[in-house]
Amino acid sequence: MKREYRLRYIIKEGFFDTFYIWRQEMKNIFSDKGVLIFFFLVPFVYPLLYSFIYNNEMMRNSKMVVVDQSDSFLSREFIRKVDGTSDVQVVAVVGSMEEGKRMMDEKKAYGILYFPTDFSKKLNTGQQATVGLYTDMSALLFYKAFLLATTEVSLDMGKELQSRFHPASTEQLQQITVNPIPYESISLFNSQTGFASFLVPAILVLVIQQTLLLGIGMLGGTARERNRFHSLVPMNKHFSGTLRVMFGRSLAYILIYTLVCIWVFAIVPRLFSLPQVGQPWSVLLFLLPYLFACIFFSITISGFLTTRESPMIVLVFTSVILLFISGVSWPKESIPVFWRALGYFFPSTPGIQGFIRINTSGATLSEVASEYRLLWIQTGIYFITAAMVYRFQIIRSRKMLIRQYNYMKNKRRLSTSV
Amino acid sequence: MTFRQNILAIGVVAKREIYRLVNKPLYFICMLVAPLVCFLFFISLMHEGLPSQLPIAVVDLDNSTTSRNLVRQLDAFETVHVTMRARSFTEVRVEMQKGNIYGIFYIPENFAKEASTGKQPKISYYTNGTYLIAASLLYRDMKTMSVLAGAAVGLQTGLAQGYTEDQVMAQLQPITIDQHAIGNPWLSYSIYLNNIMLPGVLQLMIFLATVFSIGSEIKYGTAREWLRMGNDSLTVSLLGKLLPQTFIFTTVSFMLLAVLYGFNAFPLNSGWWPMLLGMFLLVIASQSVGVLMIGVLPTPRMGLSFASLFGMISFSIVGFSFPLAAMDPTLQGLANLFPLRHYFLIYIDQALNGRDFYYSWVQYASLAAFLILPLLIGRNLKKALYYIEYIP
Repeated sequence: MKREYRLRYIIKEGFFDTFYIWRQEMKNIFSDKGVLIFFFLVPFVYPLLYSFIYNNEMMRNSKMVVVDQSDSFLSREFIRKVDGTSDVQVVAVVGSMEEGKRMMDEKKAYGILYFPTDFSKKLNTGQQATVGLYTDMSALLFYKAFLLATTEVSLDMGKELQSRFHPASTEQLQQITVNPIPYESISLFNSQTGFASFLVPAILVLVIQQTLLLGIGMLGGTARERNRFHSLVPMNKHFSGTLRVMFGRSLAYILIYTLVCIWVFAIVPRLFSLPQVGQPWSVLLFLLPYLFACIFFSITISGFLTTRESPMIVLVFTSVILLFISGVSWPKESIPVFWRALGYFFPSTPGIQGFIRINTSGATLSEVASEYRLLWIQTGIYFITAAMVYRFQIIRSRKMLIRQYNYMKNKRRLSTSV
Repeated sequence: MTFRQNILAIGVVAKREIYRLVNKPLYFICMLVAPLVCFLFFISLMHEGLPSQLPIAVVDLDNSTTSRNLVRQLDAFETVHVTMRARSFTEVRVEMQKGNIYGIFYIPENFAKEASTGKQPKISYYTNGTYLIAASLLYRDMKTMSVLAGAAVGLQTGLAQGYTEDQVMAQLQPITIDQHAIGNPWLSYSIYLNNIMLPGVLQLMIFLATVFSIGSEIKYGTAREWLRMGNDSLTVSLLGKLLPQTFIFTTVSFMLLAVLYGFNAFPLNSGWWPMLLGMFLLVIASQSVGVLMIGVLPTPRMGLSFASLFGMISFSIVGFSFPLAAMDPTLQGLANLFPLRHYFLIYIDQALNGRDFYYSWVQYASLAAFLILPLLIGRNLKKALYYIEYIP
């Protein structure tokens, strides 16, 4: 048996080639500013930036103008109470709707609270009184803040009014309490219903996939522009085996992204006190297949990108779509079937769903089993497709080389025969 | 060079640019495919306006006619779909962590009996704050349900005692809130998000296209040829290069407006012209920012990275999901550097609220002011076009 065909020799050589390829890939990464941006700068800066943007978590002191045509003791008490809530700040009390509307037009206020002239009279005669609330809909959070604050105050004052003075009510009527069935609302997980706690974890997961896609796509594009026959894999004896190329390159990405993940999932959430109720082991075990799936997926995609610039033009806009397909903001039950099916192709879909439930809702691996399984399936499938991409590239280069060799040989033969 | 010659040169460069656009599939993806895919995605995703039939669980420990009736009424809400009935809270809590339900409605033991005897039994409802939109919609409906339940009980006792409905209601709820969501009374998320997210996608693609088309001149060593055709004037060359793109992007963006305000019939209280003007200004302002990007970082990869990051950040910093007023003051200043922010304010004033043009003129002027940017960076860009050797 020839030495080259012995299994032990093949394994040994494969091992060394893998490390050779790993070193080459590390060199490629660190000598390319464009790739460094996506592997280091973006994962470093983006989480900080997004956390900074959403850091206040809530809309406090939304500005409201009051049109008080009742101008009574009761309406003033209502106003004082609304102003006292943390959600709303009353910026002015004016006499007419026109004035209120003008303040909205000038963006001095985002909502109007309107007391009709008969507000106090109705209350004093035991009738139901109505307060008008008009909200600017530029952000739903304004609407939410105003509605919550005024509803709370109306219930609160209703209760007080009844116990304080009630000319129209008889003893029997008073038995019907203001609130025969009290209720309490509890937000389990992300109990503040903060905006950063809701959105930033999802963005963090997405950033991992998108930067890998862009970085690996860019490396692929560069290889194609630089290598002979525009191939993804260089013509070099070390690069002759598909698995060697796969393992060597993936190793480089995994090493770098282990660091990135520590920053993104361990340090940033602590800096901005984002929710982190998941068990560290669950998080770790969940991120493992996510990282694998992202890397092999990116390698597969890079097989279809031929220039350095194309990844950015083709891939960046997908971030917006993928965030919505993941079901973190728009509930997955309400996503049309076609788009949901498309979502299964991207690691980010199960990745975001599973991660936020572990990280924010405190789920364990068994509660995210379906997402976890999907990630491993994706890892398997994209491993095969990535290997196929490299295999195809290696074979194509060889064919091109043979063709060129034959062409040169024929040319020489022709010239010598003449 | 005379004015006439320059006009002719612009035409020559534009013709060359059209040829380049047609011959590279990447432009086709960037200028048409990407925006159209996004339009299709978001419009179809939110075609109902609000998510509906969100799964929730009911823990009904009372299991009386009253409580079952309550659950049935809750299920009748458009947003709510009761998919699970359980006897214990722990059970449903796990379901929530599994992502199968978004809310829990809890009715305590002896609910019906206590309610009718004035013992004030308490209804509790739980939402999963991990999913903010689902949580706030369910919060709203479960709260309404709880209020209605109280009213129903109160009404029953009151009417039995011979009082009129008005009297009882005044007793139950002395003050009511009559709410008006101006411009979007349906509280539609489609109106709320698509009106600004889709122009945001366009802005991103305009950044990328502008940077890429100028950057590739550097990359493939054709920059000198391009400038020569433009009479060695950067203004002429840029105009010739960008005008065909302006035309394409304006067409695409007007199509978007047609989809939003025509096909979907979203609120357009200002009439068409203010929005068409705002959109056109957004297109050319974004192109100007693109020129600035490649001028500051004159290699395709750096320019495009800059464009991608800036384009993506604008979705957040514009402040349509989380209001700018709630952000750090630094960010409130920085937001003005994003054309989309000004377009957003125009949209709010014009299409959504139908305010006087007077209130938005500053935003229109700001968008127009972005056109100065290419002039500021012109010298740097020209130097780069002449002297930078592309290193792959």
